[in-house]
Amino acid sequence: MMLHVEGLHSYYGRAHILADVTLEAREGEVLALLGRNGAGKSTTLKSVIGLVRPSAGAITFAGARIEGLSPFRIARLGLGFVPEDRRIFTDLSVMENLEVGRQAPRGGAPTWTPDRLFELFPNLGRMRDRPGGRMSGGEQQMLTIARTLMGNPRCVLLDEPSEGLAPLIVEQMAKTIRTLKAEGLSVVLSEQNLHFSAMVADRAVIIEKGRVRFTGTMDELRADEQARTQYLSV
Amino acid sequence: MSFASILAQLLNGLAGASSLFMVAAGLSLIFGVTRVVNFAHGSLYMLGLYVAYSTVEFLGRTPLGFWGAIVVATIVIGALGALIEIAILRRIYRAPELFQLLATFAVVLVIKDVALAIWGAEELVGPRAPGLSRTVEIMGRRVPQYDLALIVIAPLLLLGLWLALTRTRWGALVRAATQDREMVGALGVDERKLFTGVFFVGAALAGLGGALQLPREPANLGLDLAVIADAFVVTVVGGLGSIPGAFIAAILIGVVKAFCIALGTQSVLGLEISFSKLTLVVEFLVMAIVLVVRPYGLLGRPPAQQRAVGEITTLPNMPDWRRWLPFVALLALIPFAAPDDRYLLVLLTDIAILSLFAVSLHVLMGPSGMVSFGHAAYFGVAAYAAAILMRKVQLPMEVAVAVAPFVAGAVALVYGWFCVRLSGVYLAMLTLAFAQITWSVIFQWDSLTGGSNGLTGVWPPAWLADKRVYFWLTLVLCALGIGLLWRMLFSPFGYALRAGRDSPLRAEAIGIDVRRLQWFAFALAGAFAGLGGALFAFSKGSISPELASIAQSTDALVMVLLGGVETITGPIAGAAIFTWLKDELARRTEYWRSVFGLVILALVLLFPQGVVGGLAMLWRRVRPAS
Ligand SMILES: Nc1ncnc2c1ncn2[C@@H]1O[C@H](COP(=O)(O)OP(=O)(O)OP(=O)(O)O)[C@@H](O)[C@H]1O
Ligand SMILES: [Mg+2]
Repeated sequence: MMLHVEGLHSYYGRAHILADVTLEAREGEVLALLGRNGAGKSTTLKSVIGLVRPSAGAITFAGARIEGLSPFRIARLGLGFVPEDRRIFTDLSVMENLEVGRQAPRGGAPTWTPDRLFELFPNLGRMRDRPGGRMSGGEQQMLTIARTLMGNPRCVLLDEPSEGLAPLIVEQMAKTIRTLKAEGLSVVLSEQNLHFSAMVADRAVIIEKGRVRFTGTMDELRADEQARTQYLSV
Repeated sequence: MSFASILAQLLNGLAGASSLFMVAAGLSLIFGVTRVVNFAHGSLYMLGLYVAYSTVEFLGRTPLGFWGAIVVATIVIGALGALIEIAILRRIYRAPELFQLLATFAVVLVIKDVALAIWGAEELVGPRAPGLSRTVEIMGRRVPQYDLALIVIAPLLLLGLWLALTRTRWGALVRAATQDREMVGALGVDERKLFTGVFFVGAALAGLGGALQLPREPANLGLDLAVIADAFVVTVVGGLGSIPGAFIAAILIGVVKAFCIALGTQSVLGLEISFSKLTLVVEFLVMAIVLVVRPYGLLGRPPAQQRAVGEITTLPNMPDWRRWLPFVALLALIPFAAPDDRYLLVLLTDIAILSLFAVSLHVLMGPSGMVSFGHAAYFGVAAYAAAILMRKVQLPMEVAVAVAPFVAGAVALVYGWFCVRLSGVYLAMLTLAFAQITWSVIFQWDSLTGGSNGLTGVWPPAWLADKRVYFWLTLVLCALGIGLLWRMLFSPFGYALRAGRDSPLRAEAIGIDVRRLQWFAFALAGAFAGLGGALFAFSKGSISPELASIAQSTDALVMVLLGGVETITGPIAGAAIFTWLKDELARRTEYWRSVFGLVILALVLLFPQGVVGGLAMLWRRVRPAS
């Protein structure tokens, strides 16, 4: 088991956002976390990486309990996080953005260098010295993933990687995620887009109003018309 | 003026600018990454100077001894900065920004007393720099060699900083954290180490700036606040977070100052103007022009939007006058209970006045969302206005007290016009700069204000001569003032102010002119602070520039923060605790400041919501669930 979340509860102020969320991502698989706007997908990922402090629940990553740790400690265990709003360092060049994400190589996880990442994202290789603030949305999305990969994670949390991208770029993103999987990385990806998830995911979890409504393989989800129409906007 | 004398002044100004640049750069760097406005930065500068002084004495007045001392001072002060971060600030990064400020202010108090204990109150004049103690002749003018050295050192340091920030991993982390430190943490960077490192470097810069002034400036205990005020002006002019901006602004201000001093007294249109005395006013003009043209400073950018988890602040209730009136009446009875306790009466009068002062500041800090570091400007201006109106214009005291708040309000109207154009830390720094200017005008205008001696013989007329009667008058006026301010907070005006604070854009959209409201609130708060100041003047019989000093401003700030910004009545509790504690400590020990600073630190670390807020929370916890 790569990542196991059990009975997670999270609050913003007094608003109870996550209620008893349980999910798991197996080693080397791509798990899609599906749900409508405001369902609590981002909050789940932020709770796992420690940006939101869960009030209850257990989170186990690669055999270690991580709930309550600070984000940097969790990241150092090899859990990468790619936020939905990208959060590129706009003043820093592409190379510097990558430098901020760099961590020592880690056993049991692929090791990334800027050159390897530029093979994965050829666009970035052509703009090494460009400040992050002067890149297109798609390029920034590539950069934010590349930056997280520089930490040589075993597992990455991708928050809506396809959001706001042109169809062609979405295809490319799907290919990238399949490459990461082929490298042996586990991926948890939050999505509203069922179509995109279907291209990359092995299993899916659907949450609605902070509760888990469905857990199963993508094939099971394809068969479950009711879950799709009730909890996803298709 | 000849070209040669212009050049000489230019060089003098540049030499003075170099240290200013270092302090401002350190301040900017620390703020950028940690969002802490380090009030103690001037204190670190001062310590740098003292440590360099003692180290030279120890190592000997040789070139090696001198430059060795500069290096030692830099490192010692850097380490002290790191220690402050580890021991204090690290524990309260999650507390509201203002508490970090309060904590750094407590550090100012402690450092001042430590310096007093080690080095004494006398000015210490450092040695000339061995090997650079002569002058060079440039176009017939004698320019100290050391000044030339400083002029070279500052740009070298700028270059070094620039390289460190743009060519190293540390620099990339610092710049990244300046934009989004949470993300930096999520990428696996240990923020604590980064913050401690930044504090080390920022503090070391302040220490270096101070140490380098050893041959030019005597070490003295007043440097801490004087330097922090200058550093604030430089950072505001240059743009917060921009180190090149700090460099340009330091040069601009250093040179302008030097020119004013060089101009001396000149006659313009038949008027004798002493430019050397106008230095601060001119500095202010520079700042005003820059801020009007570029609100975020020469090289600054609008502050990045703060990423904060949405906090739910509940609206406190309007204090009920039926509950407060008996309380005030009870206070009014105290003189009967203890008729011979003059000390108690003086203390109570002080508390009443300072409560009004604190509440007027709270109106700005809380509901209006404008933190003022310089509220004493209005307190002091009104005290002087009242005293001058009575002593020099021969108006009755009653009239003087009635007019003084309007004078303070008018001054606040002028200052406020600039201040409401800014927000957050910029606004706070600007208010401090204005207060410092006010202070120095009062300090230097001998003929009107009596300069550093102040004015004496400011006594009320016969019917108020009895301390008890004066206390009653004060109590009534202050209670009325506080009541009016509170009333205002819960009027449509007050609600609109809060709307403007919480979501300026939305408030604008529904037709609220936020800036105008804030401007009005600023003037109002200034006027009520002024009422306090006028009452204060006549309660003491004499006034001094201290009343407009930064120390007085920070006293009010501490009162509000101790009481809790989120509460309504907190500032009164803060004023009472503060005044009483300060009094008690000052009577017992010469080192009351440091004890006081330590008390503040303890409170900040224990009660991050202020005393009243903290007690309220304790109460909610222990109260049996009903
Ligand atoms: N910082 C915050 N403060 C308060 N409430 C928040 C905050 N962020 C999110 N919420 C609320 O929490 C709920 C879940 O939000 P979350 O961002 O996890 O949803 P999501 O599933 O990621 O939606 P989306 O697809 O729009 O990104 C929403 O109702 C949202 O309004
Ligand atoms: Mg989301």
